[in-house]
Amino acid sequence: MERAAAADINAANHRDYAGAKLGMWIFLFTELLFFGGLFLLYAVYRSKYLAEFQNAATELNITIGAINTLILITSSLTMALSLSALKSGKKGHSLLFQALTIIFASAFLVVKYFEWTAKFSHGIWPGSPELTSQGEIIFYSLYFVMTGLHGLHVIIGIVAFAIILAMTNKNIINEGDYIKLENGGLYWHLVDIIWIYLFPLIYLIQ
Amino acid sequence: MGGQDNNYLNTGKYQGILSWILSTDHKRIGVLYLVSVLSFFLSGVILGFLMRLELIAPGQTIVTAQTYNSLFTLHGIIMIFFFIIPGITASFGNFFLPIMIGARDVAFPRLNLLSWWLYIIAAVIALSTIFLPGGPPDGGWTFYPPYSIKSTTNISVAAAAAFVVGFSSILTGLNFVTTIHRLRAPGMKWMRMPLFPWTLYATSWVQILATPVLAITVLLLILERSLGIGFFDPAKGGDPIMFQHLFWIYSHPAVYIMILPAMGVISEIIPVFSRKSIFGYKAIVISTLSIAAVGYLVWGHHMFTSGMSDTARMIFSFFTFFVAVPSGIKVFNWISTMYKGSISLAPPMVFALFFIFLFSIGGLTGLANSSVAVNIHIHDTYFIVSHFHYVMFGGTGFAFFAALHYWYPKICGKMYNETLATVAGVIMFVGFNILYFPQFLLGWQGMPRRYYDYPAEFTTGNVISTVGSWILIAGILLMVFNLLRSLFSGKTADNNVWGGTTLEWQISSPPPVENFHEIPVIDGPPYRRKPEQ
Repeated sequence: MERAAAADINAANHRDYAGAKLGMWIFLFTELLFFGGLFLLYAVYRSKYLAEFQNAATELNITIGAINTLILITSSLTMALSLSALKSGKKGHSLLFQALTIIFASAFLVVKYFEWTAKFSHGIWPGSPELTSQGEIIFYSLYFVMTGLHGLHVIIGIVAFAIILAMTNKNIINEGDYIKLENGGLYWHLVDIIWIYLFPLIYLIQ
Repeated sequence: MGGQDNNYLNTGKYQGILSWILSTDHKRIGVLYLVSVLSFFLSGVILGFLMRLELIAPGQTIVTAQTYNSLFTLHGIIMIFFFIIPGITASFGNFFLPIMIGARDVAFPRLNLLSWWLYIIAAVIALSTIFLPGGPPDGGWTFYPPYSIKSTTNISVAAAAAFVVGFSSILTGLNFVTTIHRLRAPGMKWMRMPLFPWTLYATSWVQILATPVLAITVLLLILERSLGIGFFDPAKGGDPIMFQHLFWIYSHPAVYIMILPAMGVISEIIPVFSRKSIFGYKAIVISTLSIAAVGYLVWGHHMFTSGMSDTARMIFSFFTFFVAVPSGIKVFNWISTMYKGSISLAPPMVFALFFIFLFSIGGLTGLANSSVAVNIHIHDTYFIVSHFHYVMFGGTGFAFFAALHYWYPKICGKMYNETLATVAGVIMFVGFNILYFPQFLLGWQGMPRRYYDYPAEFTTGNVISTVGSWILIAGILLMVFNLLRSLFSGKTADNNVWGGTTLEWQISSPPPVENFHEIPVIDGPPYRRKPEQ
């Protein structure tokens, strides 16, 4: 039995590939439920303030949102490529793709920064006196909280990839032991998927 | 301590206090948690003692109304988040889960240590509210808006503490689920796993799947107070009832985080002291899992008076009745296990019997709460206070003490004075009932909870209740004294003091560093007894 083999490993230097991956998946469940609370609020308040939500969404720039979606999906691709490169022993390629992932993630944040500051200059922020109707207040609060928390996850991802990059460079993450890179990738795909839901909910349906 | 040369207590990488707070050994982390949760339990007891003292007479007795508000809020936060949620799971669970499934440690030992550190950091944040300007939080541990948005006390800081301790709880759950999936000994199939690990498995899933909802809820409360996002503020289009929904989507399953491991402990103790195998092993496993699952569907019963459609109230009421069924199954199985058994009334068994008695009262009054019409009459009265103290303290609390007396010789390698332990248990049981039973009557007569004052006709019941709190505290102090004294002067304990059949009793007391010299091979179901035992 494979479980028997896993159990027999000395606890001090044990390494369990399937266990580490299972732990990561469980962590991703918690992330889904964390954002789930926000999606629940979105659903309730959208049904309560349908007209105001539709109206407020027209203020958002679909082109900028679409560009960011493209950037994030591409970063998921480079993430996946870095893993398959490392698995086939091409450490140089893997490092390159990891660096590209960090660059795309940063580009996403830069675009987000300009989007947010543009909103601020139009007098739109949580609690702004220029927001008149209740539905509008709630819509923009949801917009800032949801994209803000998502952005925070992107920042955490960048930090994680910087560490993973350094570890790959020092061969701590290598062809035979790539679970940290793979788990980092799982996290990154989750951040990506949450955006895939945020984009239509906030920008597209009007 | 102990006779073994190479046990977990005398072997380690560091010396002194560092050997504990930097250890990744699940047994040392379990002891760290045990000491921490017991300290918070005693702090919570002091706050409860002060509340009861204030209520010994109508009008202001020893504290002001605002201080009283902070007392019950801190009592709730400390007892819920720092004693009873991590309580059995993180202390005894950490210590015994790997041993009982035949593993050397949990799946992620360093993450395990991080959980404890997050727990301690959260505790420091929570206690800092007492000293920060603004004062300790008021308005109750449930942080209900709109009051929690308006209050000028340190509610954001307390909410941040709940966020951090939630993280700790999630990591423990994640660790335990992975451990159970990956590290069971050869031959330990799912249906060969002892019942305490089973309840830890169900509890861990609830911790994983419910706690993130609390995290986002308290985070939004903090944002509401700092930025005014308006989700829970009617003036801005938000709805305070949405907070209640999100809060109870976590906090009702959290009730099962508290009680399931307690049921696991009782399922371990009853067969050992009845000298029989457990009755209805499969039924107990299935009821454990179904409590965890159905427990997600009952949160609305906290909100019957908050504003909800009749259909929703009927559905939540139905599921609340339904979730009582698996709990009832467990009680019947424990009693059937004792039937025709050779029962030994050692301290752990005495505490376990008290658990069954008190938990049954708590559970049956829970059914009274879950019928909508009755609920509207007793909502926010002392009936509710009494009900959840019977379930949480009489249930989980007494199970915690049962576990403490059951596993103490294994953890410390020392034996305590059994007579003194039983005397302490009986005093606690008597004090507990004198303290909480009058509160059922007070609540039924309409005395609301969370007031520092009451009309004169409630005086008798309150005086009896306060006297009960003194008896209960006397029992607790005697128990703590007995256990502490035995650390220094207790006799060395045998490896299998109680004649237990599970794996922790097959190794030395205290256990060796990596639990097993050789990983055991499991060839049958748990709790089997050889004829001579």
